Amino acid sequence: MADLSVNIGNLHLKNPVTTASGCFGYGPEFDDFIDVNRLGGIFVKGTTGINREGNPYPRMAETPAGMLNSVGLQNKGIDFFISDIYPKIKDYDTQIIVNVSGSTIEEYVEVSGKLNELEKIPAIELNISCPNVKEGGMVFGTHCPSAIRVTEAVRRSYHKTLIVKLSPNVTSIPEFAKAVENAGADAISLINTLLGMAIDAEKRKPVLATVTGGLSGPAIKPVALRMVWEAYRTVNIPVIGIGGIMNAADAIEFMLAGATAIQIGTANFIDPQVTIKVIEGIKSYLDRFKITDVNTLIGCLELPDDFKQYRPPTV
Amino acid sequence: MSKLIQDFEVLKNIKLNSECFILVITPPQPLPEIKPGQFAEIRVDFSPATFLRRPISVYDVDYEKNNLSLLIQVVGEGTKKLSGLKAGETINLIYPLGNSFSLPEGQNALLIGGGIGVAPLLFLGRYLRDFQKQPTFLLGFRCADLMVEITEFEKLGNVYITTDDGTAGEKGLVIRHSILKTDQLDFDIIYTCGPEVMMKAVGKYAVSRGIECEASLENTMACGFGACLCCAQKTIHGNKMVCQDGPVFKTSEIIWQT
Repeated sequence: MADLSVNIGNLHLKNPVTTASGCFGYGPEFDDFIDVNRLGGIFVKGTTGINREGNPYPRMAETPAGMLNSVGLQNKGIDFFISDIYPKIKDYDTQIIVNVSGSTIEEYVEVSGKLNELEKIPAIELNISCPNVKEGGMVFGTHCPSAIRVTEAVRRSYHKTLIVKLSPNVTSIPEFAKAVENAGADAISLINTLLGMAIDAEKRKPVLATVTGGLSGPAIKPVALRMVWEAYRTVNIPVIGIGGIMNAADAIEFMLAGATAIQIGTANFIDPQVTIKVIEGIKSYLDRFKITDVNTLIGCLELPDDFKQYRPPTV
Repeated sequence: MSKLIQDFEVLKNIKLNSECFILVITPPQPLPEIKPGQFAEIRVDFSPATFLRRPISVYDVDYEKNNLSLLIQVVGEGTKKLSGLKAGETINLIYPLGNSFSLPEGQNALLIGGGIGVAPLLFLGRYLRDFQKQPTFLLGFRCADLMVEITEFEKLGNVYITTDDGTAGEKGLVIRHSILKTDQLDFDIIYTCGPEVMMKAVGKYAVSRGIECEASLENTMACGFGACLCCAQKTIHGNKMVCQDGPVFKTSEIIWQT
């Protein structure tokens, strides 16, 4: 049977299938549906320095092949995570990565520092790309000097695997990918949601209370694939692919584009068993092509001659 | 209680009126215990236009026949597709989801429903009867043509009707019905489900009469089991998730939007 394990820096995953932050709770929400221990990893809900109530309702709008959300990082804060959630999830036999968010660099550093002390949290994902909070979040992810500053600041105090989650709401992904690599990131994950909007023509009102929100689901997959491919052609650190993955074929496409691992997000809402189906599907794909190591898929997209040496411009 | 994801076979699709239909469905295994107020997330199909599941409350449960009934109103593409399901076809459900209505200490319960909001009240009425409680129904509809199977409710207790146009029962809103004005009726609890403005008014009425009141909410959600955090409801205890902390809340704890 093929070897499915991959490495994100020092972080070893038993398979490349993980769950996207904000789409899988903390793990126990899915215990009734799957054996969570079979996952490569869980990126848990975005965690901030203090309790956040999130945005007003309505927070969700269904859109063609996707959905908009404006949850706004609702969470009870890092201290609650450590005291009440961590004890319940630390014994899962899978890698638990905490998604870290904040309004200020100090908040990112504070949360990361506390997570550095947790034995069973081997990595964090720096969320510099949440489109749904007024301060912080996407501001850090769409302004390159800010992305560099927050990554550097966290890097100084965080000593385990540091993954930076990029925003697609920028002109140049290579610019940001290169910048956070240079600032000390061990890996990058992309894409976060695309900023979007839904309108109710009958009521002549926006559907979301916050007017705009983050678009996810298969609608964004082509954009995500392109950005993962560009990032892979730019950096020398592992890339984690996210964006509209619904099945094993989608996951494999991301790996061919250059992703070492993938995150499944919105699909979990529709089929809470989708992650296991993707793992099984990757296995049968590898068997079908007589591939013994999943790592050989990474970035092995066969490109036209003109593109073989292609490096996207980094501005 | 664990949540299940199962394929159900459609046994019957009963058209009630121009907007509403009942799906009678059966799972391959015996149904788990389902409580009144709980709901299911139904997968419509695999098309991009109806991407997410649809949360639908349980209308009735027949454990002997191993059947579940869902009363559904066509409001958009998803429910329209569900309305076309035929006997023998399959639908996928995640269920049972959410909390449930609580059992009253006293005997007499008033169940106030508006439009498709009557859906969870039949099963609740049956449940109350199982515990020797007496349900009374006050159901509001836009017009007589859009009423659902009132005879089923009448098997469980007295039924009072209002319609917006007066084609059945009293004309006007449920909250203006004459039974609410009399002092002869003595209810220990009020349960309500329907449009937010109606539930808010019912909650206010309950406070004025010093009666406990529970409402079932239907905030839009993506998952139904506590992962997406989209269905937040403002309460006096902060944001609560309708899918997990609800859908049933004490009206005294809800901070209404309207």
